[in-house]
Amino acid sequence: MRFQAVSQIIAVMIAVVFAGIAQAQSSGPLRIEITEGVIEPLPFALPVFQAETADAGTYAAQISEVISADLTGTGLFREIAASAFISNVSSFAAPVQFADWKAINAQALITGAVSLQGEQLNVKFRLYDVFSGAEMGSGLQFSGTTQGWRRMAHKVADAVYSRITGEGGYFDSRVVYVSETGAKNARQKRLAIMDYDGAGVQYLTDSSSIVLAPRFSPDGQQVLYTSYETGFPRIYVLNVGSVQRRVLESQEGTMSFAPRFAPNGQTIIYSLSQGGNTDIYAMNVNGGSVSRLTSAPSIETAPSFSPDGTQIVFESDRSGSQQLYVMPANGGEARRISFGPGRYGTPVWSPRGDLVAFTKQNAGRFHIGVMRLDGSEERLLTASFLDEGPTWAPNGRVIMFTRETQGEQGRSTLYSVDITGRNLRPVRTPEGGSDPSWSPLQP
Amino acid sequence: MKLTTKIAFLVAGLALAACTNPNRFGADGAGGAGGAGGNGAFVAGSATDPTSTAYFNQTVGDRVLFAVDQSTISDDGRVTLEGQAQWLLANTDFTAVIEGHADEQGTREYNVALGARRANAVREYLVSRGVAGNRLQTVSFGKERPIEICSNEACYAKNRRAVTVLAGGLSG
Repeated sequence: MRFQAVSQIIAVMIAVVFAGIAQAQSSGPLRIEITEGVIEPLPFALPVFQAETADAGTYAAQISEVISADLTGTGLFREIAASAFISNVSSFAAPVQFADWKAINAQALITGAVSLQGEQLNVKFRLYDVFSGAEMGSGLQFSGTTQGWRRMAHKVADAVYSRITGEGGYFDSRVVYVSETGAKNARQKRLAIMDYDGAGVQYLTDSSSIVLAPRFSPDGQQVLYTSYETGFPRIYVLNVGSVQRRVLESQEGTMSFAPRFAPNGQTIIYSLSQGGNTDIYAMNVNGGSVSRLTSAPSIETAPSFSPDGTQIVFESDRSGSQQLYVMPANGGEARRISFGPGRYGTPVWSPRGDLVAFTKQNAGRFHIGVMRLDGSEERLLTASFLDEGPTWAPNGRVIMFTRETQGEQGRSTLYSVDITGRNLRPVRTPEGGSDPSWSPLQP
Repeated sequence: MKLTTKIAFLVAGLALAACTNPNRFGADGAGGAGGAGGNGAFVAGSATDPTSTAYFNQTVGDRVLFAVDQSTISDDGRVTLEGQAQWLLANTDFTAVIEGHADEQGTREYNVALGARRANAVREYLVSRGVAGNRLQTVSFGKERPIEICSNEACYAKNRRAVTVLAGGLSG
């Protein structure tokens, strides 16, 4: 978590004077359109990065593995086994023998080198479009402390992903979630934070009280969550760096939960139950006056801001069942956006602004789905006994959520799926996991 | 929390039962008929003592159940709550926290809100029968503390509940 490399990582453009023999083919530019739902992953070769200093060999191997795992984990890329390689890359500067890579049908080639100077690790890479025989973008170098090696690998993978898909990356990001142990009737919950791929788990609270639904601040430095520490649900704000937490002010006899930050990082919206009725409120995270955004006898909860901060999507059962609504950020008239069969809850606005992800219950099954903000183009991405609580990857192309299995042995696990419904996969965590919240891309 | 200090005055066994027994979310009630003798061995007021918490939990009945996605008190629930109200009116040393719960068929936030509705429905009923409102707090656990862990209606029906958890009494 709190490693120092963040501020130390600097991207350095390497002047690339590439004099290879360009055996250009007219196969069009190397490109994956994510929204079309990739059927055949793009094959790439990633020869283990060169160790340019004698002591950099282990880092070079580990960094290569993480880059490869990031790319293949998207379902958009397939790594070609090193045993199939015809030529090897003897040095980072050596010209690429494109014919050798073309022969094994590698469409992308990633080469790189790692060097160590004291505690400073340098990672550089180049990405080639094998069939056109050209480099894609310029070479990049990242530098940081050795303990930041995973982040440097993720940054390389983000750059590769971004150049090939035209989308922002999401590998150099973190997830805060609820780590769970024990049977359903005695479940122990505590907050945990990890890299997006499940590496580097750290626990932020103990499990002496129930904790629910942590949510990152827009800068990734703070987390809002609900805890039963006082015996009653209340909202806490936790500093990720110091792990200091404080409870937000609340009125005696009320329950507060379902908090989320506004894009400004100051305002928070949440649910407050009083006298059995739950409505949506807003307040400043640093205290001050509370404003009530909804005022209805029905349940209004799970609010989420639009990325521009002007609107809020939330769920309400005012129609008789849980449905999704959009209202202005300061309250006011809400417009219903979900109209399909079943119940809709836990809406989350995409960071790109184009979609809302939600949980849908219909005919005894749970689904994670997405729809446009006018309710059109509803698409269910998953189906199971119990899927809920979506969160968006920073690029708005992947969703992480909770899947709970049925019955006495029921267990919660984090899963991810892309917005075309492909590449459903569990996220490995040391214990059970629920209520993920994906951070923005790290600086 | 004020309740904490009151709990501190309880007889040790009872305090343990109320504070640290993970079964406080309902397994005591589930084991009520068969397990009463076992509990009685270390609870100060046994279930035969009509002023005891054990009597309230087992004989009066500490919980009411709800239909799917509902917070309306059923006819059976009304009978139980009449008993609770009479008991609370007769044993004024006690306060209570009414815990609302939901089954697992629902999203987390909605279920917290639904449990709040259920707890409040019980509170309002007790207040309507004359119990002072300042003796009754409510809390919702949503779907976080089921007592039954199977995933079918037999279990769900027992999980959709509001439990009146007593505090105070005796020397308190």
